[in-house]
Amino acid sequence: MVELTANSPLDLWLPISLGHCDISEIIPQGITSISPFKANKNNNYTELNAVLPHKYPNANRATGKDGNRLIWMSHDTAFLIGPAPEKITAKHAAIVDQSDGWVIVRVAGDDSEKVLARLTPIDVRAHHFKRGYTARSMINHLNVSITRVGANAFDLMVMRSFARTLVEDLTEAMKTVAAR
Amino acid sequence: MRINCPLCGERDLREFYFKGTKLACPDSEEWGADWDDYLHNRDNPAGVSQELWQHVAGCGVWLIVMRDTVSHVIGRVAVAKDEVRDAG
Amino acid sequence: MRVDGYGRIDRGVTVPFSFDGKRYCGHPGDTLASALIANDVKLIGRSFKYHRPRGILTAGSEEPNALVTIGQGGAQTPNMRATMQEIYTGLEARSQNAWPSLDRDLLSVNDLFQRFLSAGFYYKTFMWPRAFWERVYEPIIRRSAGLGALSGVPDLAKYDKAYGHCDVLIIGAGPAGLMAALTAARAGADVILVDENAEMGGRFLFENQVLDGAPAMDWVADVLEELVTMGNVRLMTRTTVTGVYDQGTYGAVERVSGHLDRPDIDAPFETFWRISARHGILAAGAIERPIAFPMNDRPNIMMASAVRSYLHNFGVVAGQRVAVFGNNDDAHRTAQDLVSAGVEVAAMIDSRSDISTDAADYPVYRGAQVIDTNGRKGIEQISVQTQSGVKQINVDCLAMSGGWNPNVHLSCHLGGKPIWNDMLNAFVPDPKNAAGLQVAGAAAGIFGTKGAMKSGIYRAKLVLDALGMKAPSMPLPITGDEALEATPLWEVKAKGRAWVDFANDITTKDIDLAVREGFGSVEHMKRYTTQGMAPDQGKNSNINAMAVLSDAMGQSISATGTTTFRPPFAPVGLSTLGAGGVGQGFAPHRYMTSHDQTVEMAAPMVETGLWHRPLYFPIEGETKWRESCDREVRMVREAVGICDVSSLGKIDIQGKDASQFIDFIYINRMSSLKVGRVRYGLMLREDGFVMDDGTCARLAAQQFLITTTTSAASQVMQHLEFVAQVLKPEWDVHISSVTDHWAQFAVAGPKARDLINQIVNTQINNDKIPFMGCGKIKIGSVEGRVFRISFSGEHAYEIAVPARFGASLFEQLLHHAKPMGGGAYGLEALNVLRIEKGFLTHAEINGRVTADDLGMGKIAKQDIDYIGKNAAMRPGLTRTERMQMVGLKPAGACKMLTGGAHLFEVDDDASRVNDLGHVTSVGFSPTFGTNLAIALLNNGFARIGEQVKMVDHLRKVTTICEVCDPVFYDPEGRRIRG
Repeated sequence: MVELTANSPLDLWLPISLGHCDISEIIPQGITSISPFKANKNNNYTELNAVLPHKYPNANRATGKDGNRLIWMSHDTAFLIGPAPEKITAKHAAIVDQSDGWVIVRVAGDDSEKVLARLTPIDVRAHHFKRGYTARSMINHLNVSITRVGANAFDLMVMRSFARTLVEDLTEAMKTVAAR
Repeated sequence: MRINCPLCGERDLREFYFKGTKLACPDSEEWGADWDDYLHNRDNPAGVSQELWQHVAGCGVWLIVMRDTVSHVIGRVAVAKDEVRDAG
Repeated sequence: MRVDGYGRIDRGVTVPFSFDGKRYCGHPGDTLASALIANDVKLIGRSFKYHRPRGILTAGSEEPNALVTIGQGGAQTPNMRATMQEIYTGLEARSQNAWPSLDRDLLSVNDLFQRFLSAGFYYKTFMWPRAFWERVYEPIIRRSAGLGALSGVPDLAKYDKAYGHCDVLIIGAGPAGLMAALTAARAGADVILVDENAEMGGRFLFENQVLDGAPAMDWVADVLEELVTMGNVRLMTRTTVTGVYDQGTYGAVERVSGHLDRPDIDAPFETFWRISARHGILAAGAIERPIAFPMNDRPNIMMASAVRSYLHNFGVVAGQRVAVFGNNDDAHRTAQDLVSAGVEVAAMIDSRSDISTDAADYPVYRGAQVIDTNGRKGIEQISVQTQSGVKQINVDCLAMSGGWNPNVHLSCHLGGKPIWNDMLNAFVPDPKNAAGLQVAGAAAGIFGTKGAMKSGIYRAKLVLDALGMKAPSMPLPITGDEALEATPLWEVKAKGRAWVDFANDITTKDIDLAVREGFGSVEHMKRYTTQGMAPDQGKNSNINAMAVLSDAMGQSISATGTTTFRPPFAPVGLSTLGAGGVGQGFAPHRYMTSHDQTVEMAAPMVETGLWHRPLYFPIEGETKWRESCDREVRMVREAVGICDVSSLGKIDIQGKDASQFIDFIYINRMSSLKVGRVRYGLMLREDGFVMDDGTCARLAAQQFLITTTTSAASQVMQHLEFVAQVLKPEWDVHISSVTDHWAQFAVAGPKARDLINQIVNTQINNDKIPFMGCGKIKIGSVEGRVFRISFSGEHAYEIAVPARFGASLFEQLLHHAKPMGGGAYGLEALNVLRIEKGFLTHAEINGRVTADDLGMGKIAKQDIDYIGKNAAMRPGLTRTERMQMVGLKPAGACKMLTGGAHLFEVDDDASRVNDLGHVTSVGFSPTFGTNLAIALLNNGFARIGEQVKMVDHLRKVTTICEVCDPVFYDPEGRRIRG
């Protein structure tokens, strides 16, 4: 019998440390896209929240913590980063397995805000973008999800095929920041 | 230029896609002057213009944006799907 | 020459540099200009048109004359302002626009012909013959007129871009800006303070002012220290705000490493900042204006304020016997400061006759004007028209001051013009113009130190009010408040050329000429004379030019008005604007999971959309792409081929209204599709033309998976969101792109199923997965999907696994295919296979074709509405003589077919009027041993069996073709059903 092996486009690429910034890949147990159907949305996600590990997040917010986090992803969708929820069914929400659709790169270190300020048009400084805040925006040309996961740490998510471009963009910015 | 997305907050222009003037889609299934107006005829006003934008590099929502073509002032920004629902 | 006891530079350290190959020394803190003055270098460059010797005019970013080239080769940067370039060890600067040397410039002969080189000279002279325009005149003009040259090799420097955010952006860190920053920062606002100089302090850097009884720079140091420690303030020096854009967006250029001798290899030369600020305070100060008197352009004729700046900031003076010519009290400060520094002031020439001269330590000439100057490569003598006649005075430096112009530029970038103020004799900002931008200090026409500081506080308080923040109480340091008393003097009416625009060599005569020739409106005058169009953008010349123009037109300056102020405020390099856009930064790259193996197999890659896809997989002995392509086509037709098709868009659609949504977006019926089945589908745009094609699989009652072409994936995704959110918001449906989650491989050929059955846990067969069926498969412990679809006309499948297993699956497929005579195929073979079968790509779906044109009209549903349905029924879209998709094969002696070639009747002339259509796709078919093409041909369906002439005007090919059905291969579809 054939057995397939798993790999990541960033296997040989990360981690990288430059100056006061480190980037590494976070490989989650799974990524589940959850788009609540109208009935659930209209009753404030009551039924949905009953089967989710954390509350369905408001816009621009993430709930939960490392290993099990719900991140608001768009006007109609949140991603559960962690084990796939078992009790959830198609009556609550449109469920799509995105475990391999997106890669997560953690940007950490004292200069992480400065590095991101070279790539994203949004303000990620701590007093504007606190822990638990998330945003959909851009990293250079890429559509990205940015979540602050710590005092000096951000999780960046891009679609898998863009993973290496993300790392190239981040590395370039890390070099520039370190050189100043 | 910056647009205040009702979901994400004020964001840079580069995150948005501009489709064009927001017009009501005609009800009739038959082709007629109303469809010509919807698809092709544009007023090109000097002043406030009601436009469709998508926050494509953000939350993905389609927006109805009131924009002054002379002063570039962005007025009311509404989420299109809520607006249409309210109208209906 | 240095002056002892003056300047803020570090004289303990010596910095060697070179200018035009000659070595000099300066000190840390010197600009190239101050260091050259210290070394008594007066001649810095040659003027734009007349090649006249020029020196340093100013001490700031407005410098029109002293433009130099820094560095060599890939590190060469032309047109750097010597007044802004800080020196560093080993700095190499060169003069521009002179040949063979700055000292003996042959084209200075132009100056002798100045009578002919007036405004409009080029327009009038280089008219005939037309053939000379590009070949003769342009090279001559380009060589003789101009600025620094590019090196011709790629720029080695790095540039980067960055985003800044704040409540208040304060532009300029002089008296007004510093007070505004302090006020806003103490209130807790998020502040960015930028200044274009290497140090903050603005005018304080350049004067010997006293605040609270101590040197003003002590106060500046205290303020900066407080701001730095506050945490809510970002201080940015060497940063010029170059443009104001809508909704509080500002562009700024930060000079990062151009002042360092050994910058880090990764340090950017410049950073382009996009700053988004809720409010702005413009405190950019003012620029002193020259006076247009005869021969006012010689080296060492400088602005009076610049002479002071060089004395106080750098401890240098340009001459030992200086005259000052002005129309205002400020000019006297230059004379007084020079005398205090021990420099001889030969004359203070004041055009006003009603001033007191009692207390002066230097000779003062009231009601006098400079009417001429002499000196070859620097000023040596001036002629002064005094009240008692003309007097010659020997000087080696002349300082001039015509008053001050507020830096209103940024306040006008959003449109609107400044207002003429008769009291100040200057344009001041119109508060209506710049939404969200307050103007403070000299930029607002408040020239005194105390007034400027007060206005900084006041503007900051207005901003804090708007932010809902409480303004702190701000004590004001004790200082004087020198009002600027001035009487306008724009032009000295005397014989000789008087320069208005030094940078573009425009004199008062040129403006008069423009008026005489009918270009009297300010915008016409500007374009006719090119006044204000040089790198300094008229900062030194605009107001004088308008005054001279007003005089010639016999109207007031306010009636003349200004030209339009546009970004950038100061020159911005294209490399800086394009920061991050070179190399990898130009566009993102998307890689399929098979990418690394594909590259290892030496497959040449091509970018389609953003995806990297292989063209073909060469094997040993193959030297031409056609050999590989032909082999891969035969491999698919005879055995089995594997192609990574992961780049095709895959969109998951779910919800209780999913099925009517799908019916609404496709022209054909999808709601009748059974779970586990796939259907080909065509989508129209709202205007009835074809948008894209693909397949639609029903995975569950309320879940569909549709595919798009690689290039249209994002367009289709956007379209579907538009339909769901704007056209049908009442429907409950969610759309997600799953393109990246699945690695998907086409397995095509008569042995496709045999290959798949070697790797899946449970065998598939025609019952389980019939043609256009889909289902789940399992490979070891990995769950995947299989779709029985074909883009080659062969018995074929696409199998999909989660992307993390993609590389592994590709390897397994290749491994098992090899013994069967199979292998990988690329885009070239894929294209030939689909042409043989008459399948579509975006070469055919070109935005102008209808479903009928493609022969697909028959699949459209009649009963229910779908996007583009009624628009597609418009008469223009349904007439039979439209271009329709057909096949072509060579029917004459010439067998060549070329993409993009046009079609004509066999006997017609191959000209535009006879055009019948064009070839969209071409490939050599190893299956039929001939070239085959797909074409769009007028009334093509009715012409099948007839002949047309294909003419490729570009490649000079003419081929007689037979028009045929586009499905060349297996028209009955026996093989595909396998």
